[in-house]
Amino acid sequence: MADSSGTDSYPSSWKKAPFIKNSFVRWLLIVGGAIYLAAALGTMNIDIERVKEGLPRAQRFLDSFFPPNFADNRGVLWEGIAESIWMAIISTVAGIALSIPVGLGAARNLAPAWVYLFCRGIIAASRTFPEIILAIFAVKLFGFGPFAGFVALALGTIGFYAKLLAEDIENSSASQAEAVKATGANWFQWVNYSIQPQVMPRMIGLSVYRLDINFRESAVVGIVGGGGIGATLNTSFSRYEFDTAAAILIIIILIVMAMEYTSSFMRKWVQ
Amino acid sequence: MPTITNNGTESWRLRTSKEQWIRWVCWLIGIAIIMYAWQMISEKTVWFFVTDAPNQAADIGARMVPPKWSYMDKLWKPVWDTINIATLGTVIAMVIAVPVAFATARNTTPNIVVRTIGLFIIVSSRSVNSLIWALILVFILGPGVLAGTIAIGLRSVGFCAKLIYESIEEIDHTQVEAIEATGASSSQKMLFGILPQVLPTIAGVGIYRWDINIRESTILGLVGAGGIGLQLNGSLNTLAWTQVSLILIVILVTVFISEWVSAKVRGAII
Repeated sequence: MADSSGTDSYPSSWKKAPFIKNSFVRWLLIVGGAIYLAAALGTMNIDIERVKEGLPRAQRFLDSFFPPNFADNRGVLWEGIAESIWMAIISTVAGIALSIPVGLGAARNLAPAWVYLFCRGIIAASRTFPEIILAIFAVKLFGFGPFAGFVALALGTIGFYAKLLAEDIENSSASQAEAVKATGANWFQWVNYSIQPQVMPRMIGLSVYRLDINFRESAVVGIVGGGGIGATLNTSFSRYEFDTAAAILIIIILIVMAMEYTSSFMRKWVQ
Repeated sequence: MPTITNNGTESWRLRTSKEQWIRWVCWLIGIAIIMYAWQMISEKTVWFFVTDAPNQAADIGARMVPPKWSYMDKLWKPVWDTINIATLGTVIAMVIAVPVAFATARNTTPNIVVRTIGLFIIVSSRSVNSLIWALILVFILGPGVLAGTIAIGLRSVGFCAKLIYESIEEIDHTQVEAIEATGASSSQKMLFGILPQVLPTIAGVGIYRWDINIRESTILGLVGAGGIGLQLNGSLNTLAWTQVSLILIVILVTVFISEWVSAKVRGAII
């Protein structure tokens, strides 16, 4: 039998440690969060009548999605898909080609300060605006069609790819770079033989991932006139051909799934 | 290709002939695809418009300055709406994503059927852009902030659930085993063994997604789903370029602030 006096020094119950230790900060966050949520929900102006009215409409709307119509009455479905795929490929290639110098410049361990700041500026500008806003301006400048979509997606790629490339270079092992530098290599040899092999596997995986993103984005740049499957999708919505729209959405999902599978396979193969 | 020659004969090379051929063929196919893709795009391009682009750019640029600062009075409400769409959308997404992630992760899924359904939810939510979700929801719910919020929510589920379920699969099993050894039920195991390990990830993913959602919610107005995109669309359609430039500046500032907040909060949590 254990000595009963010993139990005093041990707590008999246990409470989970809170996520945020300082209780004042914790309560401030909880109360502040609740007030904000209430205020935000207040501005939602959820119109119950409108939703009630919309629900049977939603039912009819969803019914008209099924069965998906792959028959492609106007002969534009596969053309749109093909255009999107070409657009995604070419914008990924062009975007990566543009990202490499920007990414090298934005790595603190490779570039002098003024190049670094300039390249980081390019990345920040490209990351801030969603592809669709870039597409609006590209359509204004280059006219309707896939070229505008290509420009928008390529510019969007820079912000994504150059940023990750720069971060990967900054994280690469400095001792290998030093070893190559010690052999008397010039700047290009140095980058090519010490940095490039270290970042290459991840970058190949990321380029497949970006191809996947560009394909998905190509489905929306069409809404503002940037060509591709998005244009077809938007037209089928405006023409109330919801069965065709459903077919397009299903094809997009299937292609994205296939790409996701390919990219994970490729990443395994490269590493 | 790097080689080492010894007295004129090759004694070492980096790759075997077969590898070398495979690489060459892959490059050939890759470049052929790229050239073909470029040809398909350029066939559909009116090159006159492209060569005219610098003039257009100069013209629009000239019309955009100076930004019409007085228009700011009408922008506070849309900015507030945009932030609300992003925040509430993220909340909706997290509420759905956490159970989906637990149902999908290999070590917590009840069975293979549930896991397949979970994966399907994740992929379909990720493949359909928020603008397309908004397009559909505006039909159902009517134009407004609500459609945008739900669109953002549905779109974010896949992203959040994917990152969370990957981190659930990577947890340290010894802790779960330790909890199990005390005789814990499976829900207690979940609550005290798994959840504390993934909680920082869940919080981090939520904040990261909130940051992305701010950016996405700025454009939902293009299809009528509320936020600052509505003003942007209106200004673009009426060719009010000085308003457009002001709206772009506002978006820029909002995104920068949200990125800063997100980085600070993530730094504090992780």
